[in-house]
Amino acid sequence: MEELLSLFVRAIFIDNMALSFFLGMCTFLAISKKVQAALGLGIAVIVVLMITVPVNNLIYNYLLADGALAWAGFPEVDLSFLGLLSYIGVIAAIVQIMEMFLDKYVPALYNALGVFLPLITVNCAIMGASLFMVERDYTFGESIVYGAGSGVGWALAITALAGIREKMKYSDVPEGLRGLGITFITVGLMSLGFMSFGGIDL
Amino acid sequence: MSNTKETLVNPIFENNPIALQILGICSALAVTSSLSVTMVMCLSVIVVTGFSNFFVSLIRNYIPSNIRIIAQMVIIASLVIVVDQVLKAVAYEISKQLSVFVGLIITNCIVMGRAEAFAMKNPPIPSFIDGVGNGLGYSIVLIVVAFFRELFGAGKLFGMDVLPLATEGGWYIPNGLMLLPPSAFFLIGFFIWALRAWKTAQVEEEEFKITANTSPVQEGA
Repeated sequence: MEELLSLFVRAIFIDNMALSFFLGMCTFLAISKKVQAALGLGIAVIVVLMITVPVNNLIYNYLLADGALAWAGFPEVDLSFLGLLSYIGVIAAIVQIMEMFLDKYVPALYNALGVFLPLITVNCAIMGASLFMVERDYTFGESIVYGAGSGVGWALAITALAGIREKMKYSDVPEGLRGLGITFITVGLMSLGFMSFGGIDL
Repeated sequence: MSNTKETLVNPIFENNPIALQILGICSALAVTSSLSVTMVMCLSVIVVTGFSNFFVSLIRNYIPSNIRIIAQMVIIASLVIVVDQVLKAVAYEISKQLSVFVGLIITNCIVMGRAEAFAMKNPPIPSFIDGVGNGLGYSIVLIVVAFFRELFGAGKLFGMDVLPLATEGGWYIPNGLMLLPPSAFFLIGFFIWALRAWKTAQVEEEEFKITANTSPVQEGA
């Protein structure tokens, strides 16, 4: 239990998807102009990560890994090279299902998220979490916690950045730095701040 | 002919995917702490963008438009698997350092964005060139960032000593911050600043104008 809690905290603060692995940067920079939108997107990312990482974990362990097909009578088959293709397929499918589900049962949230939902498919944070899960050999339980933690971390980072940018639009930025340039520098400073969590170990 | 050249050169400075289109920043920054790893990453991205554009454009007239995203995804993912396997076979050490970031080329928005924006509307050869050009535009930002990070962070270029380190009897005290994630953000910020100072047309409009100072209110007036 303690291990899981430690993994959760690590995933949020120390191994923060956006600020220390640069994942999900495109959406991170593009959709962080308003806190409202950033928060909605953050929640969607948390949900998608919580589903896709464990599902990909099952797929990897029972279909793709070396010798994983032993239960079907093919102990010598190693399909791990198909990993990338299957993960992205799972992600795309789950995002699509979630979109249809929200459209039918929670239209309010569906309208709030709007165009961001399909965008989540190409969000590197989602794919990255699945790949990290495979690389670090997480168990099924760990993969749920890791998915949730990295989602919360990403949501936290994008909401914080949106808050800063909302204030910053009133400030007088040098011409060439306006918009994208100053955003990068802000993110750099935030990333420095997050590094101070580095030593924490539960 | 000049058209071909334009397609190739435009994305490098005029319409840089990272600095202007905000595409493909995701997977790449973490690999810029050493120049040789960055080079391999850039090469992989150029190969993938070029060929994915080429193949998407080849079959563009046969893809029903409502499943085009999935079709593009399958092409891109297959190409990335090929690149990943080649890297593991040829340069195992470097592929270990790149870890998950080769796989993340799939979700690199440049690849998807160019397939959608250019390859779906143009014949194969120009699409291929556009893909390579965008790959180059991405590479140039990465290489500049990696150059500064490795030079000032470790005093080396391609793993060879350029600035002799103080710890090894030289004079240069390395700036450890350069090897940490935040420095990549600062460097890209400055790169964009430099680029926009040169090509002023890319400067973004301000959302709010600060009005000129009006005369201060006189005290007691």
